[in-house]
Amino acid sequence: MTGAPAAGASARRTGGRPLWFNLGAALLLAALVLFAMSVGRFPLGPGEILAVVWAKLTGAAAVAPSAAETVIFQVRGPRVAAAIVIGAALAAAGTAYQGMFRNPLVSPDILGVSAGAGLGAVLAIFLSLSVLAIQAFAFAGGIAAVAIVYLVGSSVRGHDPILALILAGVVIGTLLGSCIALLKYLADPYNQLPAITFWLLGSLAAVGSQELGMVTLFVLAALVPMFLLRWRMNLLSLADDEARALGVNTGLLRVVVVCAATLMTATSVAVSGIIGWVGLLIPHAARMLVGPEFSRLLPVAMLLGAGYLLGVDTLARTMARIEVPPGVLTAVIGTPFFVWLLAASRRTW
Amino acid sequence: MSAVRLETRALAFGHPGRTLARDVGFTLAAGEALAVLGPNGGGKTTLFRTLLGLLPRHGGEILLDGRALEDWDRRSLARTLGYVPQQHAGYFNFTVREAVLMGRTAHVGLFATPAEADRAAAAEAIEALGIGPLADRIYTRISGGERQLALIARALAQGPRLLVMDEPTASLDFGNQALVLRQIRALAARGIGVIFSTHDPDHALACADRVMLLKDGVLALGAPHEAISPESLERLYGVHVDVVSLPAPLAGSVCVPRLAT
Repeated sequence: MTGAPAAGASARRTGGRPLWFNLGAALLLAALVLFAMSVGRFPLGPGEILAVVWAKLTGAAAVAPSAAETVIFQVRGPRVAAAIVIGAALAAAGTAYQGMFRNPLVSPDILGVSAGAGLGAVLAIFLSLSVLAIQAFAFAGGIAAVAIVYLVGSSVRGHDPILALILAGVVIGTLLGSCIALLKYLADPYNQLPAITFWLLGSLAAVGSQELGMVTLFVLAALVPMFLLRWRMNLLSLADDEARALGVNTGLLRVVVVCAATLMTATSVAVSGIIGWVGLLIPHAARMLVGPEFSRLLPVAMLLGAGYLLGVDTLARTMARIEVPPGVLTAVIGTPFFVWLLAASRRTW
Repeated sequence: MSAVRLETRALAFGHPGRTLARDVGFTLAAGEALAVLGPNGGGKTTLFRTLLGLLPRHGGEILLDGRALEDWDRRSLARTLGYVPQQHAGYFNFTVREAVLMGRTAHVGLFATPAEADRAAAAEAIEALGIGPLADRIYTRISGGERQLALIARALAQGPRLLVMDEPTASLDFGNQALVLRQIRALAARGIGVIFSTHDPDHALACADRVMLLKDGVLALGAPHEAISPESLERLYGVHVDVVSLPAPLAGSVCVPRLAT
């Protein structure tokens, strides 16, 4: 069935582009990975990197690990991989939430996951616990915050369930924020306060291969339901009544999406601290490229999110003599980009 | 495809904590168009949401195909009872084709994506409504009338045997209203039972087989020219209305409100 040739091209969209986008974006991401691996205080050529990786893969590694090997597998490798995984996870969670909350200004922390994780981490730092405990507290705090928000939001009857959730998220997020402020006020200003500030700004510097493995595992697990429900996700962007009348159990579907998005965001935030903007910005850009259809949107958003966070983190560790917190950089780059998106995309969502 | 009937017995409905109407009894048969008239806030939308199982009823019974509504699961209900909500602009830039395809949800497995048969059914619904040229346009950027037709196409893609249409002619221009009324007739001719609400008694006169007047309960229910009279309209809306028979060769009658005080 062919449409009439009338009407401007801007008002039309055809389905042929995503494969090319995904291939192109994956190639760009691969190039970016190679670049990110090569820059830093110990510069490496792309050929050198590929040779070392090839040697490792084929088992022909030198007897003593070379400096290049250490840099690639111990220092930069985990960090680059973490940027990719966390960027993709935040973008996926943001994409799911923007569809589900029918609002393009929603980010993965709308239900308080970041505020809860922040409070957990700050509490652990305040109690002078170990790094592992800080991560565990952050993860538990994020999950607990969303659970409370969800319970509060769904116990109010007679409101639009989506609106009730958002309001509960805002209110409880604010409460958690003031708890964080109180702990900062009480914290030891010489040891704890800098650690708290540093954590809240977000950084990928401390991500080792153990953390990386854990984050990857959780993110992959949370991606499974999102992938399986990829077409049905579209129905969540309709009004609740409409979706139910079309045969969707919206309540159950929402719980699944909230669980998956929270798991992804909480694990990411637990190891990297709060890195804003990725989950807000990237879904917009992806929708501009391939439209709102979730099964097409999800892979594009994840590729873009991975590339964006990798780019920002690489910039963060190389642009100055000290590391610039990537949480700050995402905002500095994100704000003008977002304004441009809004101006350029006249109602594209 | 056997004929499916929707029947209510002594139905009471309303919002949680506030009953809007009691003792509502009517039937909707296959191939019939039933118009619901009533003032703003009179409960037309609430009645429809109750019929669709989206709101709990406050009393009485709703029978679909002889079975109590609460015994239907969402999925089979969606395959039997289609829903055309009051149109709104929508939130995201889906194409008309993608939006209509969502009507196939009850036919698509939980973890599946639409199959070729679903795409064909959506395309067929788009053709039936005559909006083929709009199929790849963005749903949020077409006109209100076009969007209404797309919503009807989506409900048709559900493969329903009965349709619930909430003010399908609201906020449409004169021509689009006529287009939608013609579609209601066409749907009834296909053997689909249609219950629709409207603010315009003329629309009920023009295309309904039966009319129900709704205000705190059923004021009147019957053939359009019997249910719609100056007396019943005055009780319904609180204004004086003349019901004027049209001269031949036109058929039917129109309602003219008296504006002089």
